[in-house]
Amino acid sequence: MKNPYLEISHIGIEFATDGEPFRALQDVDLSIDKGQFVSLIGHSGCGKSTVLNIIAGLYEASEGGVILEGREVDKPGPDRAVVFQNHALLPWLTVYQNVELAVKRVFRKTKNKAEMHEWIEHNLSLVHMDHALHKLPGEISGGMKQRVGIARCLAMQPKVLLMDEPFGALDALTRAHLQDSLMEIQTSLGNTVIMITHDVDEAVLLSDRIVMMTNGPAATIGEILDVNLPRPRDRLALAEDADFIHYRQQVLEFLYDKQKNPQIEKKPTDSARKLQEVACKPASSQDDAAVDTGKTTTGTDKTRAA
Amino acid sequence: MTDLAAIFRNEQGIARFSISQLSSIARTVGKTLALPLAGILIFLMLWQGVANNINTSLGQFPGPVQVWEQSKGLLAEHQRERKKAAAFYQRQEDRNAKRLAKNPDAEVKIRSYTGKATFLDQVITSLYTVSFGFLIATVIAVPLGIVCGLSEKVYQSVNPIIQTFKPVSPLAWLPLVTMVVSALYVTDDPMFEKAFLTSAFTVALCCLWPTVINTTVGVTSIDRDLVNVSRVLQLPSLVHVRKIVIPSAIPMIFTGMRLSLATGWMVLIAAEMLAQNPGLGKFIWDEFQNGSSDSLGRIMVAVVTIGLIGFLLDRLMLLLQKRISWDKQAILR
Ligand SMILES: Nc1ncnc2c1ncn2[C@@H]1O[C@H](COP(=O)(O)OP(=O)(O)OP(=O)(O)O)[C@@H](O)[C@H]1O
Ligand SMILES: [Mg+2]
Repeated sequence: MKNPYLEISHIGIEFATDGEPFRALQDVDLSIDKGQFVSLIGHSGCGKSTVLNIIAGLYEASEGGVILEGREVDKPGPDRAVVFQNHALLPWLTVYQNVELAVKRVFRKTKNKAEMHEWIEHNLSLVHMDHALHKLPGEISGGMKQRVGIARCLAMQPKVLLMDEPFGALDALTRAHLQDSLMEIQTSLGNTVIMITHDVDEAVLLSDRIVMMTNGPAATIGEILDVNLPRPRDRLALAEDADFIHYRQQVLEFLYDKQKNPQIEKKPTDSARKLQEVACKPASSQDDAAVDTGKTTTGTDKTRAA
Repeated sequence: MTDLAAIFRNEQGIARFSISQLSSIARTVGKTLALPLAGILIFLMLWQGVANNINTSLGQFPGPVQVWEQSKGLLAEHQRERKKAAAFYQRQEDRNAKRLAKNPDAEVKIRSYTGKATFLDQVITSLYTVSFGFLIATVIAVPLGIVCGLSEKVYQSVNPIIQTFKPVSPLAWLPLVTMVVSALYVTDDPMFEKAFLTSAFTVALCCLWPTVINTTVGVTSIDRDLVNVSRVLQLPSLVHVRKIVIPSAIPMIFTGMRLSLATGWMVLIAAEMLAQNPGLGKFIWDEFQNGSSDSLGRIMVAVVTIGLIGFLLDRLMLLLQKRISWDKQAILR
């Protein structure tokens, strides 16, 4: 049997705390093929970012390991580029210089100055940011910053693109727009992508596989859903598509039935549950989305009961 | 005709506009200046009032009026000294020229003028000394702070030393520094005077710490995401420091440097007084020992000058920070 491209092999991690060590992950095991788009979904605090950080090499697993193209991952590197939740651009460098910093590191031996220049501009135009090359991050909008963050990672030509809630902090319209751009880019470049998300629609729309994680502590993979929707995918057409709705339903069932939000479990009634959700999750738009899907689930629960 | 009328109206409009703008500018200037001016005025009046009621063995305590008179006196004294010096050099040159005319091979020398250092000379000496001491401190403190901020181990091992030396008064250092400088700085052709070096090193020793501590804090509080970006890119340490650490720590580095400079300036005056090293401190001490009826007024001039220079130095640092800082929107105070 052929070895998988990226193998996450029985990883577990314990964090040192003041008292007993905290076991965040237990026996997470996953193989990913080249060019696959995988989403990680699960309740807040279950350990998604931790998984991603272990793959990136930013955290060291207590047990198990990550193998990329036959090589064990032991430290962070540009072959596993990370798009951070809040863009993580250097505020003192312009859009162009931010991408340049990465390109200079990765291609210092293989590209000359002119080629680098062209490559930087090319990647920024992929995310439609070529009009603001010389602006500082403080001078552009949140969605634009996130796009530059993505361009910086794409420009590194990573083997695996790791994205931690890349669109979490954005409004719904911008998010939809960036999802479409990302789909387009991924289709044409064939990147291997692992993306963390809270948004069920986003997961189904973008992914080839959706990895659903159980609640922590000692979280692990609960279910894996293969999404066999033809590409290119169109969000409007899919909204009515029976398969799409079915996939979506399965993820929702996992999240809100099999893995009830740990914060809600103690409250039995529906209204208390909703209140609790609103109270626990203030402000950010990503969390509003979570509340929305929560409502949908309670709705479907009722239909099923009836 | 209608065109002309329109232009006329227009011009009036412009004129009205600019007048209203002018008056608004005048109002904002008035607002920003009025309060400080009022404050200063009230302070001066209180000062004069209190001063009139204090009598010392050296006469009445100087009020603003006397201080103003004394400062004019000090300036005049400085100009007189300068003239004397110029005349002294002129005489030497004339003499040398005559001697060379008689005998072209004659060895000629110019002796330097050794008159009394005036108030302005002392101010300049002090400024020069504090700059030198501060420079030494910064060159040591910023890199040390960066290393402490980057490495927990270095921090753990250096921190007790910093915490122990930080509270030490400059006056405690002074005898040690004086002895060490005399022992170690032995050259035939000294570039710096020993007194100058003693003062500068004492200043440096005392103004190291705020910069070290603030730089360390600045470096440790870098955004974790930015550090992770650097790790993913596998930036070499020097590039990491240059591109990520220094820019994010710049505001804290400057906060530390401003504190250091202020400390250094205070320390210097005390050190000069105690060690009789040239500078403003010595000026004050000499006046005090002098004990003439003008002395208190002259000391007060020095006090005000010290304050104004301290204020000015801080403003200069702020300007420098504005020049260097990447964040032009940041409000600096
Ligand atoms: N460095 C750390 N030290 C100690 N505990 C940690 C550390 N990092 C994460 N944890 C714990 O591990 C668990 C998983 O955290 P993680 O950030 O991976 O969650 P997540 O699924 O990404 O949540 P979210 O969706 O809210 O981002 C949490 O309970 C968290 O408190
Ligand atoms: Mg997370």
